[in-house]
Amino acid sequence: MIASDAADPPAREPGPPAPGDGSAASDSLLSAVLRDEAARIVAALTRSLGNLDLAEEAVAEAVEEALRSWRMHGVPPNPGGWLTQAARHNALDRMRRERRYREKLALLAEPAARTTAGRSDDVDDRLPLLFGCCHPALSPDAQLALTLRAVCGLTTAQIAHATLSSKATTAQRIVRAKRKIGRAGIPIRVPEGPERAGRLDIVLTTISVMYSEAHLVAGGDAAADRDLAEDALWLARVVTSALPEEPEAHGLLSLLLFHRARERSRAVDGRLVLLADQDRGHWDAALLAAAHSELERASKLRRPGRWQLQAAIAACHADAPAADRTDWLQVLTLYDLLLRYDRSPVVRLNRTVALAAVEGAGVALVELDGLAETLAGYHLWYAVRAHLLRELGRPAEAAAADRRALGLTANEAERRLLNLRLTGWTNPGGGPGPIE
Amino acid sequence: MKYVIMFTTTPELDAAVPAERAQEVYGRIYQWFGENSDKIADSGAELQPVSTATTVRHGDDGPVVADGPFSEAREVIGGFSVLDVPDLDTAIAVAKTWPALDLPGVAVEIRPMVVDYSQFEQ
Repeated sequence: MIASDAADPPAREPGPPAPGDGSAASDSLLSAVLRDEAARIVAALTRSLGNLDLAEEAVAEAVEEALRSWRMHGVPPNPGGWLTQAARHNALDRMRRERRYREKLALLAEPAARTTAGRSDDVDDRLPLLFGCCHPALSPDAQLALTLRAVCGLTTAQIAHATLSSKATTAQRIVRAKRKIGRAGIPIRVPEGPERAGRLDIVLTTISVMYSEAHLVAGGDAAADRDLAEDALWLARVVTSALPEEPEAHGLLSLLLFHRARERSRAVDGRLVLLADQDRGHWDAALLAAAHSELERASKLRRPGRWQLQAAIAACHADAPAADRTDWLQVLTLYDLLLRYDRSPVVRLNRTVALAAVEGAGVALVELDGLAETLAGYHLWYAVRAHLLRELGRPAEAAAADRRALGLTANEAERRLLNLRLTGWTNPGGGPGPIE
Repeated sequence: MKYVIMFTTTPELDAAVPAERAQEVYGRIYQWFGENSDKIADSGAELQPVSTATTVRHGDDGPVVADGPFSEAREVIGGFSVLDVPDLDTAIAVAKTWPALDLPGVAVEIRPMVVDYSQFEQ
């Protein structure tokens, strides 16, 4: 879908655009449309105004208007044009209240040609915007919030809901981040040369966090009106198609697709189902195939990295016909490789599960205890510890560890699983498997 | 855009650096100013050690003069320069090459300068 504001400008002064066919639109349809359109419009407006803050505010306001109007009247035939007109109208409104209104007005008067020009197939103007939002000079929380807002077109309320923050905190986070981009001169562009890899990794991390946050909310009690996992997958695809020569981008997309394929069997009755216990027949074969082909695409580029290795680990699990037929030696070997790229405590924690399967729970427990200090307060450290202790025939200590885990997580799906373990329910699959 | 870059060090860690190594880094700092002359609007100043600092602070009965730096932080400002570069990425790239970053406890803070005073006019 293309945001073509040049095609049919409804009026010189774009008031509320005309309604569409009159049928109400579902939230998922609205999300998909807004996702496709909002970022391009923010990018185009940012370019013509030279001001991300102003552009983003104007588009965000247009998105709010669109949600109100489209929910009632349906999506108009040219949603991109609708949003562009509304956003430009809003930007004009804001600029009227500013000084030097005339100078900026001149810039806004000629954007049509530029927006079209910027939409050639080889240039995706959403990419510079994404790299700008994920700049290392912004905090990770701000990177995520700003990406959701400026690139994915979420409203502040939706972002607050998805990131389990208050609306006020979220709004402030976004305002500060945009202000810093403007005042500190953070460039809205895709870095070239040696800087690229490190900057891309931040972008991929943000997308991965976006996916995980979706997991948390979906596994919980709240019914979200927006599935962040879909936004994350969409964004990962935007990156791979714009930067097809970056193997790590394909690696992340592959990893997310593997996770997505298992989504349906991951929660039953609001309770988290661990990998070992999932009904493998319910895994989505089409998504698994897509995940495999992304991983293959990545490996052909012959530059391994942490996202590709995580995807390769996910592939091992996906390929096992049953949990007890998992090729744990390969999983462990891949984790050892992964440690070369990513020595973070969570990777080391996940590795202990593979270590337990290959070398026994005793060896894994020693390794786990070595992480006690860095992961103190992380509920999954206790959950893995409980699993290992149970394997070692130490049920009392295992229960104590599960209780600590329970005290450390607010996620309802995880709490239900831990409660079941504490009341003597046993895993039919025999163990928790890798932490998801 | 103009940025002030502030070179900070941690005195207790500086003391542990062998004199020879400090000398070698110092030599590269001279070079650094030469190599980046097209991006440096004002080479700024290198400051005498923090032990020479005097602070004048707000007091209820008027300004109070005291020995020492303004902040209790372990890091102290050792000098500053003014960059004139297109954007933050360029400023970061320049800052990353600051030779003293090879030494532990050294950091460079980048702050954009206010150059547009129109917000104060009325």
